[in-house]
Amino acid sequence: MAVLRADREAAAIPEGVVRHRLDGETALRYLLTGLFGLFLYLFVLYPMAKVLWRSLLDNDGAFVGLANYVRYFSTPAIAASVTNSLYVSVVAMVVTVCLAYVYAYALTRTLMPGRGVFRVVAMLPIFAPSLVQGIAFVYIFGNNGIWTRLTDINIGVYGAKGIIMAEVLYCFPHAMLILIAALTATDARLYDAAAALGASRLKTFATVTLPGVKYGLMSACFVVFTLVITDFGAPKVIGGKFSVMATEIYNQVVGQQNFTMGATVSVVLLVPALVAFVVDRLIQRRQYALVSSSAKPLEPRKNPLAEWSLFAYCFLIAASIAAIYLVILVVSLVERWPYRLSLTLKHYAFDTVGGYSPLLNSVYVSALTAVVGTAIAFIGAYLVEKWRTRAGAPLYALSLLPVSIPGMVLGLAYIFTFNVSGSILNRLYGTLAILVISNLIHYFTVPFLTATTSLKQMDAEFENVGASMGVPFYKTFWRVTVPIALPSIIAISMYLFLNAMVTLSAVVFLVAPGTELAAVAVLLMDDAGDTAQAAAMSVLIIAVGLMVRFVYWGLMRGVTRRTQAWTATARRIRSR
Amino acid sequence: MPRPPAVELDGIAKKFGEVVALKSVSLGVGEGEFVCFLGPSGCGKTTLLRVVAGLERQNAGVVRMGGRDVSALPPSERNYGIVFQSYALFPNLTVARNVAYGLETRRVPRAEIERRVDELLDLVHLRAHKERYPAQLSGGEQQRVALARALAPSPSLLLLDEPLSALDARVRQALRVEIKALQRRLGITTVMVTHDQEEALTMADRIVVMNHGVVEQIGSPFEIYTEPSSLFVARFVGHMNFIPATACERPGWVRVGSVELRHRPGPTPPAGTRLTLAIRPEEILIGLAARDGENRIVTRVCAMQFLGAFTRLGLALPGDTGPTLECDVAVNALAEVGAREGAELALVLKPQALRLFSDGG
Repeated sequence: MAVLRADREAAAIPEGVVRHRLDGETALRYLLTGLFGLFLYLFVLYPMAKVLWRSLLDNDGAFVGLANYVRYFSTPAIAASVTNSLYVSVVAMVVTVCLAYVYAYALTRTLMPGRGVFRVVAMLPIFAPSLVQGIAFVYIFGNNGIWTRLTDINIGVYGAKGIIMAEVLYCFPHAMLILIAALTATDARLYDAAAALGASRLKTFATVTLPGVKYGLMSACFVVFTLVITDFGAPKVIGGKFSVMATEIYNQVVGQQNFTMGATVSVVLLVPALVAFVVDRLIQRRQYALVSSSAKPLEPRKNPLAEWSLFAYCFLIAASIAAIYLVILVVSLVERWPYRLSLTLKHYAFDTVGGYSPLLNSVYVSALTAVVGTAIAFIGAYLVEKWRTRAGAPLYALSLLPVSIPGMVLGLAYIFTFNVSGSILNRLYGTLAILVISNLIHYFTVPFLTATTSLKQMDAEFENVGASMGVPFYKTFWRVTVPIALPSIIAISMYLFLNAMVTLSAVVFLVAPGTELAAVAVLLMDDAGDTAQAAAMSVLIIAVGLMVRFVYWGLMRGVTRRTQAWTATARRIRSR
Repeated sequence: MPRPPAVELDGIAKKFGEVVALKSVSLGVGEGEFVCFLGPSGCGKTTLLRVVAGLERQNAGVVRMGGRDVSALPPSERNYGIVFQSYALFPNLTVARNVAYGLETRRVPRAEIERRVDELLDLVHLRAHKERYPAQLSGGEQQRVALARALAPSPSLLLLDEPLSALDARVRQALRVEIKALQRRLGITTVMVTHDQEEALTMADRIVVMNHGVVEQIGSPFEIYTEPSSLFVARFVGHMNFIPATACERPGWVRVGSVELRHRPGPTPPAGTRLTLAIRPEEILIGLAARDGENRIVTRVCAMQFLGAFTRLGLALPGDTGPTLECDVAVNALAEVGAREGAELALVLKPQALRLFSDGG
């Protein structure tokens, strides 16, 4: 028998650990982590550093310190873009969140009829580039708009008013989704307790409902604020002379070839987006603790009066949203709105932008973004989440950063990074690849966080079980991790596809002859006055988005049915 | 030359940042032996198991398996099977595919895999559930699948990390017996981590009691129970009465309140030293056995707690603030002894049963 000894003396323990021999698997892990790091460095950190640096140089490349910023804030015409942006963003934020709150409340907390349809209709703006809303409002309220002609009242839609209207519409589904989640995650027992204590409806609202959705409301505010302040499409088509920061960057870069001032405005635009992002993260961290796992879902009670007044409200909003897209559809199909209303398909020829190649490019780029982006986001999240190495924290931070980078800033940063003659990076410039990369970086954070969440929900020991039996981690990843996470993976790829299809801000700087995209074509045609063709292209973008959404819906149903074999039905069998 | 131990740990130390989890732990596990790491949560027992498994890397010390230094080997090359507290069954694979998981990458022919899977499922009595998914099984069944999966590749070592703690009491007791029988039958060297002393006593060949990253005692269940080497072990394993005492002038005697008692022979501390006497409830003699003898004292029954097969008496020692002793009496003996609340009861604390601990531990 072995001699046993209990060594009670607390030895001075060395700092380092006894290292394992480097086997192929570990080497592969290091390699993948290294590649992921390189990817984030090359396409996030390095370009952002370039913009920052460029804002400190003059147009000849000499270092001038903060002189550009001084010039920016002391030129009233340009400086106005800061206050304009903030004004538009705050107003749009307040209006959107208020409207969306009542809408989401009606969908989740009442038995109002038609909840499913209302929810679907409110999602429509997700499928359209933000400039489509702008174009529609021009058609309705513009100088020759239908409203203006019918009523002879010109509401002066070009400027802040128009931007706010377009942005409210554009951001509505985003706010609604967040608020639906917040309103669903409640505990019915709190309402029972309030009722048992004899609290009035108002008191219950103030002490139970509001605190429960407080963080959801804040989160919706920050998301809408960020969407509006970074949006380029709507202010571009409906803003007129009202300049916001995103359009200012475009004007400086494309209009005046003043890259230095473009970089300066970019850095300033980063600040509010970054602040909104950080605060939102802090808030979300708190929200998780709010609802315990033993919470009971709230069962809405019948209340005909409230239901029908909310129905009227929701109908009004849903009808407005539907009307907007109906206008776009009609405009694209008639000879010359509103003078000659005979049906025609001539606007679908797209003769000024080279036919259908922008649309095909968009579909191709979106599909690549979905496939490549999903793979990188999921594998990246896996590497960070499963092996808590020292590289984990910086990789995590770099993966979260993109959500706070406005698209215009990212696009400009890529110009500085990839449009450098003589550099090896220059090979990417003007290719479809750079469009794919800019899209997947622009929309990287949400997929990465979704993947991280779904990985966190899995047993931490799967890989260890595999390792104990000599099964390499990549086999366990493929046979266990991926199948379990399939619903998240599908959701991630859909998110990437739909966003890549409608995005304008980053790619507007990066398209080149031969790599035009549909959303950019809409902008170009609108700029050139071919608004009917712009509307036609918008219709096609929305149609592709809806089709893809439908395919995903079918996929999701299939996957859910399969996963149910191992979860839901299981419970039924056991309880028998 | 004797065979080297199946697992040998030599001076294992581990810290997480500034928190020391293990302070130079050394021990050996013999071939075919069932060893339990027992201790309260945070004592380092799970960390120690994970160091053996290679899932945690120690700051210092050597892990040997069969005499070979495996400290630098990654987990996949250490040849063990492991069952985690959560079981970590793959939810998307059937029971059969879970059990086959470790075989499928070893280029074992398909028919051979099927045969082995059936064999193991027979061993844990789950062949009928072969095509079910883990979520369709009860907790105890899931536990047995995890066990079958760990054993399938015929590892030379089985590691069990709190395998029964997620189960309810009745299933836990049945599985204790089943796992132990399986381990005997296969003769596989096994290390189990548990915080449940009863589990350790009933299953282990040898118990390693740990506290604050240090091994307090290693011994057979009988040794650990009858000869706890420290106050901590005495407190942690089984039920024990503790009586504060002071050393007397007379070697081998201590004073408790107004009485002097002789304790079991051992090193004699200087007079006046504060000490703790320890005696198990079942070692206290009452009734006929307490008619005469050494260390006979008269106590008063101050509490009676009905526990089914026996009743636990609370007995106040002489003196106002004297400590109380707990003593278990079989139900049929209760009347015979004449125990009722408030009654006086004579008892004998045999010197051999009175263990002595200095207050430091």
